[in-house]
Amino acid sequence: MRRYIARRLLQAAIATFLVITIVFFVMRLSGDPTLLLVPEGATAEQIAALRHALGFDRPLAVQYLGYLGDLAHFDLGQSLVQRAPVWLIVASRLPYTMALAAGALVFALVTGIPAGIAMAVWRGGVTERLLSALVLAGQSLPTFWSGILFILLFGVSLHWLPTSGADGPASLVMPSVVLGALAMATFARMTRISVLEELGRDYVTAARARGLSMGAAVVRHVLRNAAIPVVTVVALEVGNLLAGAVIVETVFAWPGIGQLAMQSIFARDFLVVQAIVLFVSMVYIALNLATDLAYSAIDPRIRGMA
Amino acid sequence: MRPRVSFGIRVIVLLIVLFAAAALLAPWISPHDPLRQSLLLRLKPPGSATASAGLFPLGTDDLGRDLLSRILYGARASFIVAILSVSVSLVVGTLLGLAAGWFRGWTATLIMRFVDAMLSVPAILLAVLTVAVIGPSFVTLVLVLGLTRWPRYTRVAYAATLQVAGLPFIAAAEMAGADSARILLRHILPNIAGPLLVVATSEFGLMILFEAGLSFLGLGIQPPAPSWGSIMSAGRQYVERAWWLTVFPGLGLFTLVVCVNVMGDWLRDRLDPRSAGR
Repeated sequence: MRRYIARRLLQAAIATFLVITIVFFVMRLSGDPTLLLVPEGATAEQIAALRHALGFDRPLAVQYLGYLGDLAHFDLGQSLVQRAPVWLIVASRLPYTMALAAGALVFALVTGIPAGIAMAVWRGGVTERLLSALVLAGQSLPTFWSGILFILLFGVSLHWLPTSGADGPASLVMPSVVLGALAMATFARMTRISVLEELGRDYVTAARARGLSMGAAVVRHVLRNAAIPVVTVVALEVGNLLAGAVIVETVFAWPGIGQLAMQSIFARDFLVVQAIVLFVSMVYIALNLATDLAYSAIDPRIRGMA
Repeated sequence: MRPRVSFGIRVIVLLIVLFAAAALLAPWISPHDPLRQSLLLRLKPPGSATASAGLFPLGTDDLGRDLLSRILYGARASFIVAILSVSVSLVVGTLLGLAAGWFRGWTATLIMRFVDAMLSVPAILLAVLTVAVIGPSFVTLVLVLGLTRWPRYTRVAYAATLQVAGLPFIAAAEMAGADSARILLRHILPNIAGPLLVVATSEFGLMILFEAGLSFLGLGIQPPAPSWGSIMSAGRQYVERAWWLTVFPGLGLFTLVVCVNVMGDWLRDRLDPRSAGR
């Protein structure tokens, strides 16, 4: 067990290091990163002065070590556009994205898991066909389309929900549903496979032979066993929700880090964009690690693999 | 035994072929020039016709351009970007996976750790950052999508290569004097092509969504060139007055992605009977 944890921690550390390195080089793909940080209309002297001040005139290896050192101190730099520390700018928007991701996750769980169970239990029937159509739609809907259609229908025509912005809990409903649709489809598919697999096992036959109804057998025995693979996807989906927020927050003018990323790109404030990419990747790696460790604590067979 | 293909799958294939034909033939079947603007014809609803300009079956956009023509040309952009970027990631990912599975040891460790790292950066964010740094253009779009989405192929190719490399016919080829490159490309690749094709199909749908998404955000195909994403992005401001600018391109995108996803599931069930019905 201890060896597994150590190896898994090392893997996560390597992934973190590589992600940081990838982002460093992506930021320098244009040749001169100074140009990504100056507000539009800066003079050549100002740019040269800034290049020197930020150390972009040093050799690449020196820049890289400096960058690693800053990150080791959790120093994400200063935004030259907003004249504030980058971490402060990102942190001020973070609660909105967390609320949105939580809303989307709740929606996806309360719709996706029951849908998956129903598809497995009533296999081959009309229910399964209808629900698979729903799952397919959730999987294929571009959020920037479903988002605008929702705004048009529930906001503009029916006046049920606010069309955009963050104005109380009601304004969280539409973005959550739109963002959560893909995760809903994933949960439904995973739950269906997982429940189907368990339904074929001997203990289900035994429970049914003892006179338990199908519903009781599913609730008492199957769900507990079918939950493990589903829990794994849940953690991974949280990472995808954070990434998907870029588009959904743009559509609904939701003031989270996704909207901030797009605003910072167009304001040429790339340290903020860099911080957001790093942050979401770190969350993703941490969630992955946490799931694997929790998983191995529950099921000792996992440790031998990976 | 002749494989049975269900009616549903035939319809799906027919739809994909229609989309591809529309994309291919856009210059010949478009009723209008997709770039020609006319201030007099702004935001005309579907079915509008004028004596001088003719019929606009799906209406016009905010600059008076014919929406149907723009959607047809947009399909062209979607297909070209998706085909090219899937090809880039398929080639890069497969070669790395083959190398990792064949040479194992340090090569495999290096490649697979890099794959882990790439899979921990959400692709859409990495693509957004990269395009924003380099500046949006057609080539950037294809390369960025292709070079962010290869790790899934590497994982599949790696696992499959490990499996196939242990089979007796590979040892036979080695004894016959074939070098690594020949064994990998002539003997192993054909045997692992199935699972790679399944990944490529589902990636094709994703690439179409990514292209539209990036274009919607202003980081993909640049206006005035037509793309489904950029048409919807421009139409968003007029959504209350001109619903057709949102509904039609989105419907095209949604239908195409549904078809590709169904196709992908079907292929997977065919090529991997163990997963049938999943």
